[in-house]
Amino acid sequence: MTAAECGACPAGAQLARMGIDVAGADHVVALAGNPNTGKSSVFNALTGLRQHVGNWAGKTVTRAEGAFSFEGRRYKLVDLPGAYSLLSASEDEEICRNFLLFGQPDCTVVVTDATALERNLNLVLQVLEITDRAVVCVNLMDEAKRKGIEVDLRSLTKDLGVPAVPTVARTKQGMAELVATVARVIGGGVRTTPLRVEPPPEVREAVSSLVPLVEALIPDLPNARWVALRLLDGDHRVRQALLSGELAAAATEQARAAARPGRLSTAGGTQ
Amino acid sequence: MPDDAQRILDRSDELRRGLAANFRDAMVASLYRSARRVASRSVRETGAGKWDLDQRVDRLVTSRWLGLPLMLALLGAVFWLTILGANVPSQLLADALFAVEAAAAGWFEGLGAPWWLTGFVWHGVYRGLAWVVSVMLPPMAIFFPVFTILEDLGYLPRVAFNLDWLFRKAGAHGKQALTMAMGFGCNAAGVTSTRIIDSPRERLLAIITNNFVPCNGRFPTLIMLAVIFVAAAFPPAAASFAAAGAVVAVVLLGAAFTLAVSWALSRTVLAGESSAFTLELPPYRRPSVLRILYTSLIDRTVFVLGRAMLTAAPAGAVIWTLANVEAGGANLAARAVSWLDPLGAAVGLDGVILLAYVIAIPANEIVVPTMLMCYLGGSMMVDVTAYEQLRAVLVDQHGWTLLTAVNLMLFSLLHNPCATTILTIWKETRSPRWTALAAAMPLGIAFLTCFATAQAARVLH
Repeated sequence: MTAAECGACPAGAQLARMGIDVAGADHVVALAGNPNTGKSSVFNALTGLRQHVGNWAGKTVTRAEGAFSFEGRRYKLVDLPGAYSLLSASEDEEICRNFLLFGQPDCTVVVTDATALERNLNLVLQVLEITDRAVVCVNLMDEAKRKGIEVDLRSLTKDLGVPAVPTVARTKQGMAELVATVARVIGGGVRTTPLRVEPPPEVREAVSSLVPLVEALIPDLPNARWVALRLLDGDHRVRQALLSGELAAAATEQARAAARPGRLSTAGGTQ
Repeated sequence: MPDDAQRILDRSDELRRGLAANFRDAMVASLYRSARRVASRSVRETGAGKWDLDQRVDRLVTSRWLGLPLMLALLGAVFWLTILGANVPSQLLADALFAVEAAAAGWFEGLGAPWWLTGFVWHGVYRGLAWVVSVMLPPMAIFFPVFTILEDLGYLPRVAFNLDWLFRKAGAHGKQALTMAMGFGCNAAGVTSTRIIDSPRERLLAIITNNFVPCNGRFPTLIMLAVIFVAAAFPPAAASFAAAGAVVAVVLLGAAFTLAVSWALSRTVLAGESSAFTLELPPYRRPSVLRILYTSLIDRTVFVLGRAMLTAAPAGAVIWTLANVEAGGANLAARAVSWLDPLGAAVGLDGVILLAYVIAIPANEIVVPTMLMCYLGGSMMVDVTAYEQLRAVLVDQHGWTLLTAVNLMLFSLLHNPCATTILTIWKETRSPRWTALAAAMPLGIAFLTCFATAQAARVLH
């Protein structure tokens, strides 16, 4: 998509950047991604803010929040610190994961580097384990083109089960389509069926005996299998959240948000 | 429900004991397999073009022998551009701003305003502001954009890569090079950026030593001294290179102190090994000019200048008051200076410089203006806009020597962080003990170093 097309499409006209005015947002959108994939550029392009952007990994050290509105609805955008995985090896990964689990974003945009998609997909798959409502933003498409890398977005969308949108955040290309896609995922206009990685044979049995117990305890939980895996792994934070009822509260809240008017249907499921 | 939850936890513990020891690896491996399968279906590489160039450049920039010299050359070039470019605009600004001071003061007198009001407003508050703007604005307006270009290109991670072995030897984290680079702009920003270091021990090292990177508030002092005292000793053709070389030398000395202090701390109160980490070398990206101008001029230059002006105005007022309130036959400034003089002399400085550093605790930016206002405080007209005149004032009227200049550069590099940075250190560490250490240790090191050079100079004479 070129910049000219972008300006002409209706979505572009309706995207209003609202800077840091996050009060009274209708929806919360989280921005996750590997370090140095242009998350901050996406954040700036959407909110009209000018968070400092630098070409080095780990630049965003504080969680930034901003807002934009689209088709009459207000969205709060939360820029999470860059992370390579959600296995809580570092503080950044912990912040990122906890926000996805307990911050209850209505949609998560995972920003990826088109020139290193395979490595970036590791994080995408981990995000999809936690939430059904995600959009993959395949950023740096211009760089990929220069390096002779082609990304088949239709195939990617089909395999991941969530929409994948090509962008060049620095020049704001694809931003309007990204926002429209996020709105459709939140509104239920796009059914997502996220790819859930099959547990390896070593743990399959243990997982399948634990999942029914977890589901019986928290019927609304969208990611019972992931929770079961984390419990098997001895994940301290998840154990504690299960005991304290925090996990159940988050799941109930999310189910209620999904049932709110303006949302057509929730979609989820495993593949 | 807690009982049910507890039962699930017990069951998961039980199941975990039955799992193979390497089940975590198996889980990660299955994740990677899925990622590879998806990527292999949607990504097609048609050819390599720019990729090769990136790697060739990287081989050069991060090479064992060329990496460090190249880095020093780049740093020198940045300072050279700053010094060369800032000279003329600085003088134009100073001329204009001081002309306003003279005109406005005359206008106040014509209106019959009392002498103390004219003095306080125009020779105190306004003069402080004028100094800060003319001394700081031009170097910052050049230094920040040039530095941001390097950052945007993706050069900073390469610096970290080149310096990693040094930091590892000092027991510190390799990412400390990145936090130091941020410190060039502002030490408070540098301290905040240490959040990229996960290990608390190495993060503390980075916080405590960030002060040894001269921040933007201190560069004008260093540049001024380098121009007046170092460049003056060279023929005009080489003068700007000599001045840039002197600033690079000061930066290198700061890096040496950073490593030495990190080494000493990591063998005593902050004992431990360096942790391993992965450093991503991002592709070189073409800097986007408009954004660089915006970030470096609005976010950085105006921000730092605004802060300097906020502190310069009250400092100007304080100095004017000190210089004009009499007590026991002498004005307060003169009394403070004569009281500080013995200590100043012992470390190769003088009472005025030390007083300037006391007044400048809120912000390093105002050290030079404060000093000059103390030196010239009595006179109504100040016209030391040109560097040569400044040199004449310092050397002929106030007995400055090369030792004074060298020690002032050292003191400026090593002394305690400014109030904003100290506050930031407290916010980041939440520890009065580490904050006190981070403030007191550099001051002690500054005094000791200056004392040593002063003694050495005396012995040599």
